[in-house]
This record gives sequence, C-alpha cells and structure tokens, in this order.
Amino acid sequence: MIPLHWFLIVAAALFCIGLYGVLSRRNAVGILMGIELMLNAVNVNLVAFWRYLDPLESLGQVFVLFVLAVAAAEAAVGLALIIAIYRNRDTIIVEDIDLMKW
Amino acid sequence: MAFLSDLLVNLWNWIAVQLDQFLPSWATALVMLFAAAVVIVVFLLLTVMFLTLLERKVVARIADRIGPNRVGPFGLLQPIADTLKLIIKENTEPAKADHPVFRLAPAVVATAALMPYAVIPFGRGMVGSDVNIGVLYVISISSLTVIAVLMAGWGGGNKYGVLGGMRAVAQMFSFEVPLALSIGSVALLTGSLSLVAITEAQRKLWLIVAQPIAFLVYLLCGAAEANRAPFDIPEAESELVAGYHVEYSGVRFAFFYMAEYINMFTTSAMATILFLGGWQGPFVERVPILSIAYFLAKVYGLVFLMIWVRATFPRLRIDQLLDLSWKVLLPLALMNLLVTAVVDKVAAQVRLSSTLTIGVFWGSNLVLVGVVALVLYLSYRRKRARGLNPHYQIHWH
Amino acid sequence: MVLQAVFMLFSAMAVGAALAVVTNKNIFHSALFLVVALLGVAGLYVLLEAPFIAVVQVLIYVGAISTLILFAIMLTRRLMDASERQRNEQWFISAIVAVGLFIVLVLSVGQVHWPVVHTDVPENHLNRLGQDLMEHYVLPFEVTAVLLLAALVGAIVIARERTR
Repeated sequence: MIPLHWFLIVAAALFCIGLYGVLSRRNAVGILMGIELMLNAVNVNLVAFWRYLDPLESLGQVFVLFVLAVAAAEAAVGLALIIAIYRNRDTIIVEDIDLMKW
Repeated sequence: MAFLSDLLVNLWNWIAVQLDQFLPSWATALVMLFAAAVVIVVFLLLTVMFLTLLERKVVARIADRIGPNRVGPFGLLQPIADTLKLIIKENTEPAKADHPVFRLAPAVVATAALMPYAVIPFGRGMVGSDVNIGVLYVISISSLTVIAVLMAGWGGGNKYGVLGGMRAVAQMFSFEVPLALSIGSVALLTGSLSLVAITEAQRKLWLIVAQPIAFLVYLLCGAAEANRAPFDIPEAESELVAGYHVEYSGVRFAFFYMAEYINMFTTSAMATILFLGGWQGPFVERVPILSIAYFLAKVYGLVFLMIWVRATFPRLRIDQLLDLSWKVLLPLALMNLLVTAVVDKVAAQVRLSSTLTIGVFWGSNLVLVGVVALVLYLSYRRKRARGLNPHYQIHWH
Repeated sequence: MVLQAVFMLFSAMAVGAALAVVTNKNIFHSALFLVVALLGVAGLYVLLEAPFIAVVQVLIYVGAISTLILFAIMLTRRLMDASERQRNEQWFISAIVAVGLFIVLVLSVGQVHWPVVHTDVPENHLNRLGQDLMEHYVLPFEVTAVLLLAALVGAIVIARERTR
C-alpha cells in the first residue's frame, strides 16, 4: 500500500505551486488558476485522510464535495468579475486595476 | 452446450487461462486488458467507417437518390476509398496556428470519444470494466470533448474556428444539464449508476415504458451533445464555414469526423442501455450470444432514427437552440425527476401494483408535457399580443 | 509495487503540469496544463479508492471550471495577441516563500505519526455517502445549493452587458 506521507507531500507540492502562481501572476485569470490548484491540494489531503484515517465514515468525501461546490461558485463569480473589469477597464492585469489604491 | 451458449465470454476466458500457464498473473491481466481495448477500438473504427456509408445511403434514399454506388457492390467499399483519400491528403497547418494545441486537439477528441466504451456493456458479461459509477463516468468524459473542441477552435488561429468553438461549448454546456437530470430519474428507479446494474434492472420492463419523457429528453440532448442535426450549429457550413475544425485537413480532419460518428454511436448505445434495456431480449438467458445482437440491433435502430431526423429537419438557430435547452428541456427534466421521485416513493408506500405504477407514470408524464406546452403557448401569445416577433427572443449584442 | 508506480505517474503528471500552469508564458497553454493537472489529481483520487470523487472532479473541474477559464481567456484577449509579461516584480520572493513553505510542510509531515487504520472501504460506500448527504449533512448541503444559486445569479448580473 502507498504510504499516507506520499499523498501529503504531493498535496503540499501542489499547494505551494498554486501559492507561487497566485503571488507571481499579473494576469487575473492566472491568479484564479493558482487558487484552483491550492483548492485541489486541500482536496487531495482530505481524501487521503479519509482513506487512511477514517474510511468507514463518509465525512471526508462530504467535505470534498462541499469544497468542489464552493470552488465552482468562486470560479463563476471570479470570472464574471474579470470579464466585467475587462469590459470597463480594457485590462485584466491586476497591477493596472488600481482605482481604489492611493 | 453450456460452452456454446456463452461462446464469446467462454472463448475469452479460455484464452486467459491459456495465457496464465506461461505468464505471471499480472501480465495476463495486462495482456487481456490490452486485447479488450484493441478489440473495442477496432470494432468502433469499422463501425464508424460503415456508419458514414449508412448515413449517406439513408439520406440519399430519403432525398430520392441512390447514394454511393461506384466503389464495390452497392458502394460497400466507399468508406475504404474515403479513408484512403483522407490519409493521403496533405496535413495543412496555418502559419499563425498555436501549433502544439492545434496538433493535440484531434488526438484529444478521438481519445475522449473512445473512452466511454470502457464501461459500456455490449452483451451479457461483455463489459470492459463494471464500475459502480459508470453513468457519471460517461457524462464526465464528454467534458473532455468540450476542452478538445475549445483547443481545436483556438489552435487554428481562425476567428470562425473560435466562434464555432464557443458556440459548440455553449451548446454542450446547455444540453448537459437536462441530460444529466434525465439520467437522474433512471438512476432513481434502478437504484444504481452502474451500466450493468441498470441493464439487469430492466429484465422485466424497459425503462422507456415508465420514463417516456426522460427518454425523449435524453435523445434530444444526446443529439445536441454529439452535434448532430438539427443541432449541428457548431459546424454549420453555411454560417461558420465549418466551425471549430475549419483549419483541419487530411488525417486530423478524419479524427474529428470519426469522433463525431463515435459520439453518435455512444449516444445511441447509452440511450439503449438506459431506456431500451441494453442487451435484454427474449431467450437471452438460454443463448447469451443473442445479447450482443439485441444490443447492436437496438443501437442501430436509434442511429437510423438520428440519421432520419437529420435528413428531415432543418437546422435550428443558436437562440432557438439555447431556448429549447433552458426553457423547455430543463424544466421538463427537472419536473420529471421530481414527479418520478414522488410517484416512486408513494407507490412503494401504498404497495401499488407495477402495472398501476406505470399507469401513474404515464399520466404524470402526459400532464407534464401538457403543462409545458401550455406555458410555451401562453408566452407565445403574450409576445404576439405585444407586437413582438415571437420567434426572436434573445438579442445578441 | 504496481500501485506505487501508478502513484508516481499520476503525481508526476499533477505536479509537473501544475508547475507548467504557473510558469508558462502563454496563458491559454497554462489553462490547458491546468486540465492535465486536474486529471492527474483525479487519478490520485482513484488510487485512494474514491472513484466517485474522481469522476466529480473531472465533471466539475475539467468540465466546468477549466472550460470557464478557457472561455474567459478567449474573451479577454485579442485573438492571437503577442504574449504580455506574465510575472510581476515580486516573483522571486514568491518563489522563495513557496519553496520555503514546501520544505516546512514536508518536514512537518515527516514528524507527525498518523494513526493510520488498515481497513477496506465498505462495499456500499456510495449509498452511505448519499444517505449521509441527505440526512446527517442536509443543512450544509442545502446551504451549498443556495450558495450555488446565488453565485449563478451574481455571475450573470455582473457579467451581463448593459443594454441601452
């Protein structure tokens, strides 16, 4: 059987890669993709913990389903915002969207 | 006799036993899996080749023509000639294309088209892998097709391609929702998502008898998912040149063509399994080899129906198409799911006989269709009363 | 043994594609690599004997979210535009932070002794999951439904063009 640690390390790698994407991208869509990667890393952890620590209950999988639903909602609203900004400001580079900054 | 009756399955097992004698067990499993995949893929490729001929012949007959009749007897070798032609043709590639994406898209389309057959049962005991979420698997694979279509549309670097890709995706998205809901009522009645279990559950009665609306919704949505006429807007020649595969030629185009026909076959196969009892039929228990014949006969019946529809109906406009999905099919499928759940529970509570339950299903389905038709008619009349052209509803800016 | 190899394959697919997502200069290619990464994660779910989650992952992430992202990229970029600079000035610090966090996480994962249970997943697990969703967790389930509806309406309102 595959040790639990392996899954946790892969999830950690995914999370850190996503974090790097969020911090370093200028494109708003790129930032959103980083967030999706981070959410996925969390899901891998949840499923791995469910399988190895508590396979008789369904709590782990229920949690994953809720995370998926929230991710879908987040992506829909986030992309709608990006499109609205693009329409008004003609850019989706986050550094140029600085109306509220002083 | 027992051996003969289950010929194919027994032959398969016999080969596995023979291999097991001089191979380790995991290698046998691997070889057998690979062999099964090869058999299914070869079968599908041959099917597709002759589906193109069948389509041309049927459409020709409906249009009072003869159809292909030059190559071989009755034009039977026509598909081979067509395939050769496509292979020999040059693979053109636009200079401004996004090259890796452009080259990958046909492969992804073909892969996504072939993947559902891992779980589709062709006959009794003839299934690649009986997973307990088979239906969901098949639905989720179609989302790979969506990605591939976007890749193809974008990769060509052609604005007609991008437009066609976006339209295709809008269409596939819209029709996936009622499609999943119509499958939901099947899952509700059979209590399983495994395609094998769903087939087994229809031994006494095909589900189309209890779920005519779901069947209709499924078939319409399936045709739209497979981009079949009258829902072939993504590749409407007269509006978009050829939609998302406008820049493709030669073998790459052949891949799209093949995937389209395989998708049509998949839709028919899924409709057969979900509503027409899959491989069930008379004498299947005694002569299991009949099961594959029954299955293919039903699938080809549905394929013929789809070709017939294509030859008969004009193409829908994009707004009419989206209207159909969101304003007609979605409410219908949603209400059907609700009614199915309620009727099923109530019938189980009051111990209704199965004949009576089916009667109730029929009654509720008729009422549903009536209500939807009434709502549509009322909105049509209201629009006309306000002096609007009722056929234009969405305004695209 | 075979399981380990398959695990390696899927995790390499997920992590490699994820790296490509955050580093690729072409944002459209990034989105396609995101699809590959998500499929790799779905493979990991299958290895964890959660095929339902794997299929839902493909259905929602690949089918809906990735497609939405690809759509947004198509809508917000002029056709075949030359790639713009995609990294900001703080990318180097970000990389250090991410690598540092990864090292800390790996070290701490190695430190903890997890109380692993060696039981098989019950046969009727999927039925159990459905039942739990409808009984035990029905309130969060309904709240999620409301959230999705709100997101749907909100997205339409925000992204719709004003008609004069």
